Amino acid sequence: MPQCIRWNRSCWSGLHKKGPMKYFARRFFHATLLLLAVSIFSFTILQLTPGDFFAPMGLNPQISSRTIAGLRSQSGLDRPLPVRYGHWLRDVLKGDLGRSFAYNSAATPLLAVRARNTLLLTGTAMLLAWLIAIPLGMWSAVHRGKWGDRAAGVMTSGLLAVPDLVLFLVLLLLAVRTGWFPTGGMVSAWFSDLNAWNKVKDVAEHLFLPALGLAIATLPTMLRHVRSAMIEVLEAPFIQAARAHGIAERRVLFRYALPVAANPLISLFGFSVGTLLSASLLVEVILSWPGIGPLLVDAIMAKDVYVVIGTVMLSSLFLVAGNLFADVLLFATDPRIRVE
Amino acid sequence: MKPSPKSEANRTGPLLRVASLSKHHVQQRTFSRTEFAVSAFQDVDLELFSGKTLALVGESGAGKSSLARCLALLERPDSGKIEMEGENLLALNRKALFGIRRRVQMIFQEPVSAMNPRLTACEIIAEPLAIQREGTRLQQRERALELMEQVGLEANWERRLPFEFSGGQRQRLAIARALALKPSVLILDEALSNLDASNQALILELLAELQISHSLAYLHIWHDLRLVSQFADEVAVMYQGRIVERKKTHDLFASPEHSYTKELLATVHSVESILLERSA
Repeated sequence: MPQCIRWNRSCWSGLHKKGPMKYFARRFFHATLLLLAVSIFSFTILQLTPGDFFAPMGLNPQISSRTIAGLRSQSGLDRPLPVRYGHWLRDVLKGDLGRSFAYNSAATPLLAVRARNTLLLTGTAMLLAWLIAIPLGMWSAVHRGKWGDRAAGVMTSGLLAVPDLVLFLVLLLLAVRTGWFPTGGMVSAWFSDLNAWNKVKDVAEHLFLPALGLAIATLPTMLRHVRSAMIEVLEAPFIQAARAHGIAERRVLFRYALPVAANPLISLFGFSVGTLLSASLLVEVILSWPGIGPLLVDAIMAKDVYVVIGTVMLSSLFLVAGNLFADVLLFATDPRIRVE
Repeated sequence: MKPSPKSEANRTGPLLRVASLSKHHVQQRTFSRTEFAVSAFQDVDLELFSGKTLALVGESGAGKSSLARCLALLERPDSGKIEMEGENLLALNRKALFGIRRRVQMIFQEPVSAMNPRLTACEIIAEPLAIQREGTRLQQRERALELMEQVGLEANWERRLPFEFSGGQRQRLAIARALALKPSVLILDEALSNLDASNQALILELLAELQISHSLAYLHIWHDLRLVSQFADEVAVMYQGRIVERKKTHDLFASPEHSYTKELLATVHSVESILLERSA
């Protein structure tokens, strides 16, 4: 075992000089600044666009301008931007994202349910995509230039060239024509009558199509990354040195090449975690998955500002957290980063 | 009592004998399916002896590295023979080769890329032992520490990672790894070319010591002809995939025959004369 002598090397033993905590404290500070900047930016942009949620009411002759002005002052939209931002920030720290005018309810529980649905969809899709991409990418790298690798290459190029929109529409068409899968929503109308097992089954059936679509849409990029990372490492002299010692091929792949090739993949993984809340907008709208995507589109159209800002903030939070997560993973897996 | 002819041959004959070895690479033109063969080297004959150094010199692309890789059993030559003490290695199957691999070790040009960046110094040296399943982990570690000392690395550096060492130290680490399996042949593929002059001298000294204490045969691919003249017993000049001249070092420097050898030696002389003029 080349991993001999592991026992006398604890995970963090390579550390000296600056500790990891200091590094992550700095990263955390940067992340907070970034989120603040995003919130200020979103507030300003939304303020700069013409009209607000109550503006369309002015077109209705039955609603007096006094009523509209009253609604506006009740909702606080008539106050100056810095004051509104201050209030919003104060509430956010308490976990309150403001009100949705369209739903006439608190935005936080609304967003929480939608975010949960989106995470279920994207999480499943991401898992599916990685589970296909890693073995297939490794296989392609090992059989580089042979017909199997070429076929995989043609397939990924093809998938990259097909717009996601077309892909999702084809899936929708397939589902409608065959009737194998439900084509919309997350649960059936009779969901509340089902027992626990059938509830899970029902959600899984509804989940299959959008998750498959999303997985297919993200797969080509991942596959190419895995393949090229593996090829690069497999050509490295240290692999040849190990081969000259007579190492078994399986061991070369899993113990030598994959861990060393993992760094770019971990970064990509962090990024894919970061986009969990935002990647599925299109598929949610087309296959009517009740996630955060359709909510955002509706909220933007209706100028339901706090819902828009809440969605944007959640997405940003995920992006920042995803990258931070990737850094922690890199830190934990790569001794070189640990020592530097 | 007369010694049997075979053991007699072992004692005085070559340790490793290469006879009319040839290899070509298959290449493919970009944007087309036509494949064509590029010859790496042809009809190479070499002999390596215990305790002796054979220097292999020649321009880039002459096929030196390809030859080295074939001798390290990393690539399979197309035709010819590689004999280790009379046994043709190319006739052996995978399993038999596995055992032979320990006898030929290679040191690469860039030591840092030739080491798994995730392993510590101690793990790197123990790696060949682990792959060849020799000894328990504890024994492997002890052997690794012993080797670190032999090549002039401090034992308390065992947990360092390759990138934490300096260039010279890395090459020492590579040498320690190459020695782990007690090989009889060491192939050095421009192992000194990335080092500065003082480190080159130190590593050469170490290699010379190890050669005597372990009676190693070296095949040293080399560019620096002045060092070749001092440290090699025999020189083979490679030009366009063929060995055009192979002689004892002294003879080669005294009376080069092939036009390429003469050219090669002329460059050394011209550099020396420039240096002399400068200092005058």
